[in-house]
Amino acid sequence: MTNSIREIGDAACILAIGTNTTQAHPVLALQIIRAVKRGAKLIVANPREIPLVKFATIWLRQHPGTDVPLVMGMIRVILDEDLADEEFIRERCENLDALKESLRQFDLDTVERITGVPRQQIVEAARLYATSKPASILYTMGITQHSHGTDNVMSLGNLAMVTGNVGRPSSGVNPLRGQNNVQGACDMGALPNVFTGYQRVDDAQARKKFEDAWGIALSPKPGLTVTETFHHALDGHIKAMYIVGENPVLTEASAHHVEEALKKLEFVVVQDIFMSETARLAHVVLPAASFAEKDGSFTNTERRVQRVRQVIPPVGESRPDWLIMCQVAQKMGAAGFDYESPSDIMKEIASLTPSYGGITLERLEQTSLQWPCPAPDHPGTPVMHVGKFSRGKGRFAALNYIPSAELPDAEYPLILTTGRSLYQYHSGTMTRKVRGLNKMSGQEKVEINPADAARFGLKDGDAVKVISRRGKVSARVKVTQSSPPGVVFMTFHFAESPTNVLTSPALDPVAKTPEFKVAAVRVEKEESPVGAGAR
Amino acid sequence: MTTLTKSASVLMSVGGRAVEAKPGQTILDAARQAGIYIPALCAHPGLEPSGTCNLCVVEVAGRPEPVKACLTEATDGMVINIDSPSLREARLAALKKILAQHPNACLTCWRKVHCKPFDICLRNVRVTERCVTCPKNQRCELQKAADYIGLEGETVPGYKYRGIILEKDSPFFDRDYNLCIDCGLCMAVCSQVRGAAALERVPRGGYKLPGPKNGTLIESGCQSCGACVDVCPVGALTDSGSKWEGVAERSVKTICPYCGVGCQLILELKGDRIIRTRPDPEGPANRGQACVKGRYGIAEFVHSPERLTKPLVRKGEEFVETTWDEALALIAEKLGQYKGDQFAMVTSAKCTNEDNYVMQKFARVVMQTNNVDHCARL
Repeated sequence: MTNSIREIGDAACILAIGTNTTQAHPVLALQIIRAVKRGAKLIVANPREIPLVKFATIWLRQHPGTDVPLVMGMIRVILDEDLADEEFIRERCENLDALKESLRQFDLDTVERITGVPRQQIVEAARLYATSKPASILYTMGITQHSHGTDNVMSLGNLAMVTGNVGRPSSGVNPLRGQNNVQGACDMGALPNVFTGYQRVDDAQARKKFEDAWGIALSPKPGLTVTETFHHALDGHIKAMYIVGENPVLTEASAHHVEEALKKLEFVVVQDIFMSETARLAHVVLPAASFAEKDGSFTNTERRVQRVRQVIPPVGESRPDWLIMCQVAQKMGAAGFDYESPSDIMKEIASLTPSYGGITLERLEQTSLQWPCPAPDHPGTPVMHVGKFSRGKGRFAALNYIPSAELPDAEYPLILTTGRSLYQYHSGTMTRKVRGLNKMSGQEKVEINPADAARFGLKDGDAVKVISRRGKVSARVKVTQSSPPGVVFMTFHFAESPTNVLTSPALDPVAKTPEFKVAAVRVEKEESPVGAGAR
Repeated sequence: MTTLTKSASVLMSVGGRAVEAKPGQTILDAARQAGIYIPALCAHPGLEPSGTCNLCVVEVAGRPEPVKACLTEATDGMVINIDSPSLREARLAALKKILAQHPNACLTCWRKVHCKPFDICLRNVRVTERCVTCPKNQRCELQKAADYIGLEGETVPGYKYRGIILEKDSPFFDRDYNLCIDCGLCMAVCSQVRGAAALERVPRGGYKLPGPKNGTLIESGCQSCGACVDVCPVGALTDSGSKWEGVAERSVKTICPYCGVGCQLILELKGDRIIRTRPDPEGPANRGQACVKGRYGIAEFVHSPERLTKPLVRKGEEFVETTWDEALALIAEKLGQYKGDQFAMVTSAKCTNEDNYVMQKFARVVMQTNNVDHCARL
């Protein structure tokens, strides 16, 4: 996020696009509710009638996969009606002409036809967003999990910059990060192309710094993303994997190939707190300590580094992940893995990472810190891009409409879009151990519009098979207006209904994010229900 | 528009102590922030005060009548008296009015300090009316107020046991309307902060008390966040799982392991067992709020009997337990054969920064590859 969570509540306008905030980020959603209660305008853009819609000033129900035309349509209205922040554009942005040129294809007739959103609503939303300042954009996987996810994000960047809604309190572009420490894992260089703090592995100067610190020559070649790794395992290029605290068998797109890939590997270590579906395929399974059993830090979606404190001793013989990793390294004869504590590790992180330069666990004991925090006396940075973007000038992106990779046809007439439930988390490894949560949401429900239910002869509670070009999954039907006609919705929390067997293998070319939000499926009534806990 | 020039801070004297308040803050909020106790049951930080319990009356120098601290804005130079015989009398009268709706035999009993949960009651108080059989005993705001005001030996007229059946329709918390004092805080937090507005005053057993507006909690829009339980000053709303755990031996602040919002939680413990989780009012990202997963979804997975507790190695189709030494030796020997780009590391967005740093360093330094990633895209 370029802003802080608390600032969302002070915004005059919020555009929540591709985020089911009350379900996936419930406590952050309280800031949206606070803003609305203060009189802020809320624009919700979502194909599904999510709970946030009931707080919305205006709800744009675009077809899945049509965010670029929707947002570009709004930008066109803003420019046509002279609602742009010309001073901001002049002083802080570049490439406006290219944007304008690409906007020519997004006249409102075309946009209405592609998105299914009435043009009057697009106009109204554009005016609201451009004239109610400060305005904040919130988005999550509904924007990124597309074969054109990067374009979606850039369209939102365009929209924010054209109205000068960046770099001020309550004014910015805010991706809400999913996992508790996904921000931190990225910051720490748990990515194939960067070291800590996004220092590139193919940048000779950055590499030299890490080579000097770590005392060894490092590869200049960016590595593979997780998704690519499994493809390379299938064709035999990857032979061994070490997987910590993740369950790709349930969470990766087009999941059958993940299972196949893992079986093909010569050596797999899985380190986890539970025997996950992925751990079952490992050669060695190591017991890890849970968050409640270790010290360290997490970095939340607003870049806030916060202290994680050990509450109880590790359960059984489990050990903290950092310690296990160090012990493996030492067993392999490596130097530089003899840390006494997480505090030691953070010292090394701070010494190599400018944005974490002033962060120590001792400081975090007193207060949380939002990076960039370059020095021991630096108070942290609640708002980013104040006065200047990281790259200098904000560059407008010329964009085209690229349809989703797999669209419905006669054989697979429905769009499957996936998401999360309030009561479960990710692959359910943790939440499904909690009786109350299972009672609230204990099995997969395929949400389908009443019109589609009638068309396919389905009623509430029916056992069905959802079938895509890649596989079949059993679940129960929930007939609801929340799903628009032509679209079904499933979560991926339940191992008995492994939704990601169905999802599309298409990737965004830049971010390599799978297209979880659009896959073509059909739904068939199951005569003798199996699995999915018939209840 | 008129602009009022307000000084950056307000200085006043509360009960003889110098207290600094923020402009616009009430006397009660400022006193609470300074750690000064003024009894109050219907006011909670962050919620609009309703001013109904009448316990927070204080005397402000220069004003003829006592004022309610929850409704009165702190102003510069205010001299506030929080205790006097007439204040005690006013509070006692207000407290008796509240206690006419709530079991109180134990609050007025001179023996209460001697009683333990399973002692035989010498005064024949019904089991439903004993403080020692209330799930909120020793964590109760009403009890604290009664102790502060002093109730021993007093008589409270008019109390009648409501005889309302315990509501257990939520898997996370119980509702005992025999203990409800109708302070309204549950409704206020549900509507003002959570936006769910699932609660309103509904008829129940001949009384009109706060409850789910459409019969069941779910049908009323309840999100099971537990915010109503957190603000309930008495034993009416209690977490069902930890109802009889009583007071924690210790508590530790840490960060929720679920989503990326980063709510700060207080984990309450007995020995090495987590008995209760509640959101920290000082949490910068959550300010006293949590969701159902953070509030109710932690202890059970941490203490799950399904936790992995020993290293395991595959022998054919089976896993067998092994020692750490053997497991580490096996991994070191095997991984030694796959250095370079034939190896890939998947780290975890659930793990700490320090864990992730060490893992990517391991991949790059020991395994000599940049094939390291995690689930950021999923």
